[in-house]
Amino acid sequence: MSTEPSAERGPWSLALRRFLRNRLAVAFLGLFVLIVLFVLAAPLWADNVAHTGPNEEHTVEQITVDGEKKDVVTPEGKPIGPQWFGADGKFFLGADGRLGRDEMVRLMYGGRTSLQIGITAALIATILAVVLALLAGYFRGWVDGLIARTLDTIWSLPVFLIGLALGIALAVGGLKIGPLELSSGSIWNPILVISIFTVPYIARPIRGQVLALSEKEFVEAAVAQGAGPVRVMFSEILPNLASTIIVFFTLMIANSMLFEAGLSFLGAGVQPPNSSWGTMITVGVELLNIQPLLAILPGLMIMLTVLALNIVGDALRDALDPRGKARMDAALEFEAQGGIATGQQGATA
Amino acid sequence: MTRFIVRRLVAMIGVLFAVSVIVFVVFMVLPKQNPAQTLAGKNATPGLVKNIEEEWGFDDSLPVQYATMMKKVFTGELTSYKPRLPVDDRIIEGIPATLSLAVGAAVIWLFFGLLLGYLSAIRAGGWLDRILTGVSIAGISIPVFLLAPVLLYFLSYKLEIFPNAQYVPFSEDPYEWARHLILPWFTLALLSIGFYSRVLRSNMLDVMNEDYVRTARAKGLSERKVMTRHVLRNSLIPVITLFGLDFGATIAGTAIITEAIFSIDGVGYYAAEAVKKFELPPIMGVALYGAFFVVLLNALVDIAYAYLDPRVRLGESASE
Repeated sequence: MSTEPSAERGPWSLALRRFLRNRLAVAFLGLFVLIVLFVLAAPLWADNVAHTGPNEEHTVEQITVDGEKKDVVTPEGKPIGPQWFGADGKFFLGADGRLGRDEMVRLMYGGRTSLQIGITAALIATILAVVLALLAGYFRGWVDGLIARTLDTIWSLPVFLIGLALGIALAVGGLKIGPLELSSGSIWNPILVISIFTVPYIARPIRGQVLALSEKEFVEAAVAQGAGPVRVMFSEILPNLASTIIVFFTLMIANSMLFEAGLSFLGAGVQPPNSSWGTMITVGVELLNIQPLLAILPGLMIMLTVLALNIVGDALRDALDPRGKARMDAALEFEAQGGIATGQQGATA
Repeated sequence: MTRFIVRRLVAMIGVLFAVSVIVFVVFMVLPKQNPAQTLAGKNATPGLVKNIEEEWGFDDSLPVQYATMMKKVFTGELTSYKPRLPVDDRIIEGIPATLSLAVGAAVIWLFFGLLLGYLSAIRAGGWLDRILTGVSIAGISIPVFLLAPVLLYFLSYKLEIFPNAQYVPFSEDPYEWARHLILPWFTLALLSIGFYSRVLRSNMLDVMNEDYVRTARAKGLSERKVMTRHVLRNSLIPVITLFGLDFGATIAGTAIITEAIFSIDGVGYYAAEAVKKFELPPIMGVALYGAFFVVLLNALVDIAYAYLDPRVRLGESASE
């Protein structure tokens, strides 16, 4: 700790300042906010501009583009391409296939589903992981043994493959565990699959941190004051995990969205009539030769969202963990020096 | 060493058992509807459901049902129901295509990953390093379901440089085999190329700081020898471990999506088609065999790693 924090600034506002100094991360945070606004605007665009819903079919309709009549879907089954504002915003990005649904409207609503699943799954996985990590790290002994073993087992599984199996089993048969019941088309099915299989990625590192924290004097002090396990875990240890949790949560949203897209692309995730960016790619790939944008646009949206979240997550880690940042800076400095040296030597060799 | 191998194999058997129980629970216990109905798929006839119910013994207790399932899977009795076809045969048929895809992609990602990582490390901080860093970050960020359609559209449909996928067996025509697989290979490899070059680069930069590297320089070895014999060699161990784990994960993950997009008639394509048709027995088979393969591979990698690095088998963490 070389820098003296000024008296009125807490650690959070210092972290915020460090984050804001990272221009790239701020730019990508902006991009993520734009994507969120884009999907939130879905009903506005659908009602006021496109005048259609995400699942409304326009198979045999015609639209007027610059005073000319055009088929939404030609008799040969070719969907109309992007019209931009040629038809007052109708079919802005064209139609999605034989069914003649508005691609722009679908992209906005599909993004809602993708983001909703990504955020909810990440939230559930994070909460589960934190609770498990607290229990394992605080009680140790057989509780830790059981939890750590279970996490290790899930960790060593081919998660996507087992997730695919669970996804399709739920998509066919629905779910019933005790009072929890889900129908086969529910978007809670992919959320459940993703959150179960991503828990170890968060729980393992956090468990390590809990183990380390529970050795600290402040925990001992709390126990000496008569604090029970719940208080120690949730009001002594938990606040110290906040920065790690925030970072993992951000990264997990990105991870969950990729997982969802993979499942949905294959058909084991979001089920019709719902759609997500993943299911849109499936539709698009079938028409790749005719309308490549139908596959590429949703893929691009996933990539941008995931990239933005990953960059923001990394920047948050740097901002919230200044000692990690210092280590990073030292490493970069070393790399730069080594680079100059080896660069010269490499050139002569 | 023997003790380590035994311990690792016992752990592996535990995980294999856990995998089979998870698959059993996924298909037989979790679904809300009758498992026979689930296995029969959507819109199955009541007659078929009744047949499946008797065949699988869904009236028995759960442990007996579990034994029935395992027996069916490992004696090749597992069949899909629409139409009735043995699952094992179809999986075996798909293995050459899947291995061609995965092994070829692995060769490409190791070659380019290590080459780019090495170049990046010996020029760390320079313009080449910056460019390669940018390229690998871009590579890591592009998901297969974006990369595959883009490559397929531009290089196959538009420029017609490569054929529109399909799989040609190696024994039939090695040239066509490779030509048909180039796009899928690179699709599958690109993400790992970016990742491996990053990992190798940072490992090499760590190793360059070691005393024995200074010793090697001090005794007058040429820079190239220091880099290849001392720095590169010692940076490779973690990369090899990573490779063992990634290879299995790739076969059981992104390879399925790649096979589906490029219509490569392998195990992943079989699974993807089964998902589309809501046919569950093939998925049960692929999930079980795939998971077994991956778990086995991971155990072998761990043993190989322990053989290469004594600290592991003595119980220390080698990564620290």
